[in-house]
Amino acid sequence: MTRAGVLGLQGDFIEHIRALRSIGVDAVDVRRPEQLEGIDALIVPGGESTTIGKLAAQYGIIPKLRERVDQGMPVWGTCAGAIFMARDVPAHPHPLAELMDITVERNAFGRQVDSFEVDLSVAAIGELPFHAVFIRAPLISRVGPDVETLATLEDGTIVAAQQGRLMATSFHPELTQDARLHRYFLSLIAA
Amino acid sequence: MREMASPNGSPNAPRATATPALKRGLAQMLKGGVIMDVVTAEQAKIAEDAGAVAVMALERVPADIRADGGVARMSDPQKVLEIISAVTIPVMAKARIGHFVEAQVLEALGVDYVDESEVLTPADEQFHIKKDVFKVPFVCGARDLGEALRRINEGAAMIRSKGEAGTGNIVEAVRHLRAITSQLAELAERANDNAFLSSKATEYRVPVDLVREVAANGKLPVVLFCAGGIATPADAALTMQLGAEGNFVGSGIFKSGEPAKRAKAIVDATTHFTDAKLIADVSRGLGEPMRGLSLEAIPAGERLAVRGW
Repeated sequence: MTRAGVLGLQGDFIEHIRALRSIGVDAVDVRRPEQLEGIDALIVPGGESTTIGKLAAQYGIIPKLRERVDQGMPVWGTCAGAIFMARDVPAHPHPLAELMDITVERNAFGRQVDSFEVDLSVAAIGELPFHAVFIRAPLISRVGPDVETLATLEDGTIVAAQQGRLMATSFHPELTQDARLHRYFLSLIAA
Repeated sequence: MREMASPNGSPNAPRATATPALKRGLAQMLKGGVIMDVVTAEQAKIAEDAGAVAVMALERVPADIRADGGVARMSDPQKVLEIISAVTIPVMAKARIGHFVEAQVLEALGVDYVDESEVLTPADEQFHIKKDVFKVPFVCGARDLGEALRRINEGAAMIRSKGEAGTGNIVEAVRHLRAITSQLAELAERANDNAFLSSKATEYRVPVDLVREVAANGKLPVVLFCAGGIATPADAALTMQLGAEGNFVGSGIFKSGEPAKRAKAIVDATTHFTDAKLIADVSRGLGEPMRGLSLEAIPAGERLAVRGW
């Protein structure tokens, strides 16, 4: 059975665990570096990227995570998690994992009153639109040559990207009942 | 603006804003974190650097409101704007109970959450703010499940215990958390007992559908934080072990000897709330905690938790 971890330092990790369990995956929260050994994939949840980055660095998660990524473990960051994944985040005050060759701009759509829900086209998971929830969301302002764009808003703004077994989404699939992106991410374990 | 994009709609479906999912969703992102009271941009920066998930702007921390007396109001808009520009994390701000214009002003300033708070002097003794008509989400205090559900029914997107703010004394917050969690368990146990759920809806003065939903899920439909009296890392871990999903810390940080260090330790204890060794470690050498007050020392008329209903 697949065993997936969700970084449980802060944020909506329980929602991700629930989504994973709903599709029959053994899901656990991860708060210590040694827990990264026993899992096949890791999700970095929504939350506050400054808090998650600071706690991850302080408790030695980042070097261990980079080691696991080098061994081929898939990692997916949602919202704050996407910021955690990015190699380049302008003016970010705390350390991040810097795993994907993307630039992410924080709070890119404005303040909480500007948060929004919209249906997105995500070709990788089929024709049916994906209902995406953006909360004080970041956007992906640059993708490197090895990075594939998975979804954009109507104006072309990139909101989901993939680099090999690494994924970043600006929005929160864990807040909806649609598990297609979770399934897609888990398919990267065998890929 | 408010119509939901249909789940099966076209990719060109309109954006929906200010939906309950978005309002409640921001609180979900704050879970497992610490929200710190700040009165200046400098304090906000210290809080962010310590790992706070959000800051709460107010004109005086509760301990000072308690000591100084007088009418406590919404913070000066200039201060709120300074705090908003000083940090990248969400900024919350307090409005008086029932003072919907203070809430309108805070929404116009761009705050991310409004706390309709008993810590400030109430503006209306009959009505809380009708919160569902706002675009900005609200957090409200509660002493028990009935109070929490009344606030949710008015549109609150997050609930916190009231505790007794400005005392550095955790006893009231523990009482409120235990009341809420035991009443939730009682509803869950009798989720199929319609007569019981109807009587509870009457007792709580909320629609029976809300009571039925809560009974079926065994939890509130919004995030539950603890507030009111947290002064130490152990206090913060205690409330998490009792079922809080995160902590508000008011006077406990900036009324202590070494705010930055204590703030960081409270963040660590909130994350690793079951790890006693770690809590012991981060609790060492923090300097003086806030002095604190025993509840018996507070005259009944000066208790804050009894404000609101």
